[in-house]
Amino acid sequence: MILTKEGFRKMTLKEALEYPSKEELVSLSLSVIEEQDTKLNAFIYVNKEAGTGIPIGIKDNINIHGLPTTCASRILKNYVATFDATVIKKLRKAGFAFVGKTNLDEFAMGASTEYSAFGPTRNPHDLERVAGGSSGGSAAAVASGEVIISLGSDTGGSIRQPAAFCGVVGFKPTYGLVSRYGLVAFASSLDQIGPIAKTVEDAALLMNIIAGRDEHDATTVNREIDFTKFIGRKINGLKIAVAKQSFSEGVEDGIKEKTEEFVRFIEQEGNEVDVVDIPELKYVVATYYIIAPAEVSSNLARFDGVKYGLRLSGKSLQDLYKNTRGSGFGEEVRRRILIGTFTLSAAYYDAYFEKAQKVRRLIANKLNELFETYDFIVTPTSPVTAFKVGSVSDPMVYYLMDIFTIPANLAGLPAISIPFGKVGHLPIGIQLMGPRFSDAKLLGFADCLFRTTHSQEVR
Amino acid sequence: MGRYKPIIGLEIHVQLSTKTKAFCNCTADVFELEPNTAICPVCTGQPGALPVPSVEMFELGVKLATALNCKINEYSRFDRKNYFYPDLPKGYQITQFFYPLAENGWLLVNGKRIRIRRIHLEEDAGKLLHAGDSITEAEYSLVDMNRCGIPLAEIVTEPDIESPEEARIFMEKLRTILRYLGVSTGDMEKGALRCDANISVLDTQTGKQSNKVEVKNMNSFKFVEKALEYEFDRIVGLMEKGEHVERETRGWNLSTKTTVSMRSKEEAHDYRYFPEPDIPPVILTHEFIENVKKTIGELPDARIERFVREYGLNEKEASILVEEKAVADFYEEVVKKTNAPRETANWFLTEYFRLMGEHGTSELKVTAETFAELFELLKQGTISRNIAKEVFQESVLSGKSPRVIVEEKGLRQIDDAKELEKIVQQVLEANPQQVEAFKKGKEGLFSFFVGQVMKETKGKANPKTVNEILNKYLRGS
Repeated sequence: MILTKEGFRKMTLKEALEYPSKEELVSLSLSVIEEQDTKLNAFIYVNKEAGTGIPIGIKDNINIHGLPTTCASRILKNYVATFDATVIKKLRKAGFAFVGKTNLDEFAMGASTEYSAFGPTRNPHDLERVAGGSSGGSAAAVASGEVIISLGSDTGGSIRQPAAFCGVVGFKPTYGLVSRYGLVAFASSLDQIGPIAKTVEDAALLMNIIAGRDEHDATTVNREIDFTKFIGRKINGLKIAVAKQSFSEGVEDGIKEKTEEFVRFIEQEGNEVDVVDIPELKYVVATYYIIAPAEVSSNLARFDGVKYGLRLSGKSLQDLYKNTRGSGFGEEVRRRILIGTFTLSAAYYDAYFEKAQKVRRLIANKLNELFETYDFIVTPTSPVTAFKVGSVSDPMVYYLMDIFTIPANLAGLPAISIPFGKVGHLPIGIQLMGPRFSDAKLLGFADCLFRTTHSQEVR
Repeated sequence: MGRYKPIIGLEIHVQLSTKTKAFCNCTADVFELEPNTAICPVCTGQPGALPVPSVEMFELGVKLATALNCKINEYSRFDRKNYFYPDLPKGYQITQFFYPLAENGWLLVNGKRIRIRRIHLEEDAGKLLHAGDSITEAEYSLVDMNRCGIPLAEIVTEPDIESPEEARIFMEKLRTILRYLGVSTGDMEKGALRCDANISVLDTQTGKQSNKVEVKNMNSFKFVEKALEYEFDRIVGLMEKGEHVERETRGWNLSTKTTVSMRSKEEAHDYRYFPEPDIPPVILTHEFIENVKKTIGELPDARIERFVREYGLNEKEASILVEEKAVADFYEEVVKKTNAPRETANWFLTEYFRLMGEHGTSELKVTAETFAELFELLKQGTISRNIAKEVFQESVLSGKSPRVIVEEKGLRQIDDAKELEKIVQQVLEANPQQVEAFKKGKEGLFSFFVGQVMKETKGKANPKTVNEILNKYLRGS
């Protein structure tokens, strides 16, 4: 072997694409997984017969034909996917090897990967701590070098937040650029697949492979975007808004400081920065936690014990449903199904769901308005750094952690989390959010900043 | 009119004859297919599968809405109707709740407008096969998902229907339109056309109106009428006794010929409708709608009017001919050959319809040529009218041409006066008593002699000639 394990763990997608001996890569990946994953638990399923190609980790809510799709749920414990997701078809064609299905919060509902029926994923930077979520497995697998790159899904920050916690890059594209066909739906109007990568350039390279209109997903759009168009360029002279709320109560001091440092850094790089109050941010969590559970209550109705997955029979059809869903779903999933069932009920539809839809539009309008003046909006990705496994039990505390990531989902905007140093030994992520379809430019700007910060670090 | 007056509104489901299902590429023609052979990840609700609406479903929907004089909404959106049942694989039905395809139409029934409230598109559910005599006795049930995702148009009328008979006529007329448009087979027996009814009863003396009862399971035109008649009588009975009419859903029971309570309104579902996030709103452009409208051919009412105008038929005759598009098309094809619309209509309404009724359309080997030849034989006097009926029947059943049948069976009309005179003489000689009676004034016996001659000639004698000869012999004129 020419490539060492250590060399493989640092290898970027760009390097891997040019690496002549792809067979090596899969066996290296599998051996790093074997070595690391007993500690990390980043994978729910390891595919020993991944074949040849660039090793990629796939979040276990994305279908790969013939492999399990569990969504980290007991209800799908033995489910084997019957078809390839569109992104998987594209990756197959592009020469990727699916070395495993990565861990997540059950049905992607959570921010720590602790709500997995297969146990939490640990943060490679501190095994006592969570990897974030819901795409915690995908983030940890990339951060620890188990795979070259991975796919996550992002409904309210599920790509960006674990990427921030694990010190890697996480990109949520504009809604509609990547097909959701084969992604087990959480909240269809918010879900988007995207890459978790070691570099911004890698994220852009993967976007070029997975994006595109899909005849199997009516919400995809026809846009020819070269996501690598601005990669490697010097980009400055932009107008950047920093949300005032980045420095408000509830944001850890260390993160406030790092955000201030980031603001100075982009100013030094030749950009104009304003601190902008976005009062609508105080509504985003409430809005999200009405719309997302409403869609959950409907999207998860198909797991009824009739066709596939877990079936716990009873004396009647009602018992079959109650037994199967009652014990097949975990607590957080059941909580959201109940909330969604309530907010959609005829008596409360207007007061909750309908109103939340209106607020969603207001938030989107506010952001779009800001983008008339500013190129991008900056916030920390998460108000907190990776917390200890088992330390958070109040769901409200969890929900509030999504405050900076949710707006991009509500408005369908592209947003990226890039690592920006550490607080103590824990990585932090900065989020950059752009207007719809500004993905290439956003990646370009993030790449420029990422390269500058990383060339200053000793690699 | 009696004291009690029924007020009826219909909710009709029409299976659209599209090539594919509503939201996937599976075939929509699943009748008599093996269970679960026309399915895919989308229509069986596999995790990760997504619906993509078919354009064809909208084309057929727009045709139907146009024929029912509806306003077609350019902004059309899908919603989810959520409920649990094993024949509903996703746990919700994709339908149009908030923004239907079309609204505010009407259909003319016996000169009266029955208003259409709305038409919306949705998907069909699967079928359950219970292992046992009934759902309650079955130990288990099997699910056939072939029907899942077949596009349906739901038509909701205003409560403008004033009798069970009118409800039936509405449905029959709708079926005719569906077939003319080619948007559905309209077969009630096969479930391609389904009808639920809401009925309440108005006491015209007191002005009191009963609660509304929904009647389901009426799977033929006859049962629509029968079930509503039964339900009307039941409600009137309750009202007369001063009893409460419950708001409920009742099903027509075929074996008892009664309606049976299925569920009360208190048990009604909350379907938690909300916009389907997997499908963006569908904008039907003016151009799309106009292009679809252009493909609509002549509709039944217009055709009836034309048949009256062009062919000199009365409205009843025209209506009967027009009812089945295939029959009307064939009639016109025949008329082109025979150039005798009146005579052709007579043959259709008597002989042809009789044979269709007795043997079924598929058994009949009839072409426009059959009629043309037959008419020609009649015109030339080669065969008599009576013989023509016989020849027609044989031709239609065997597929042999009328001319061949006439030759083979020697059915040529006997018009030879000498030959007929001989036969007349024989008949008169054989019936001296009747001749005597006739001469004494029993004029009515004339037709007896004609009949006897016809019998002798096996009906081949030219009746006109026979009359002349008999007149000469019996009356000396």
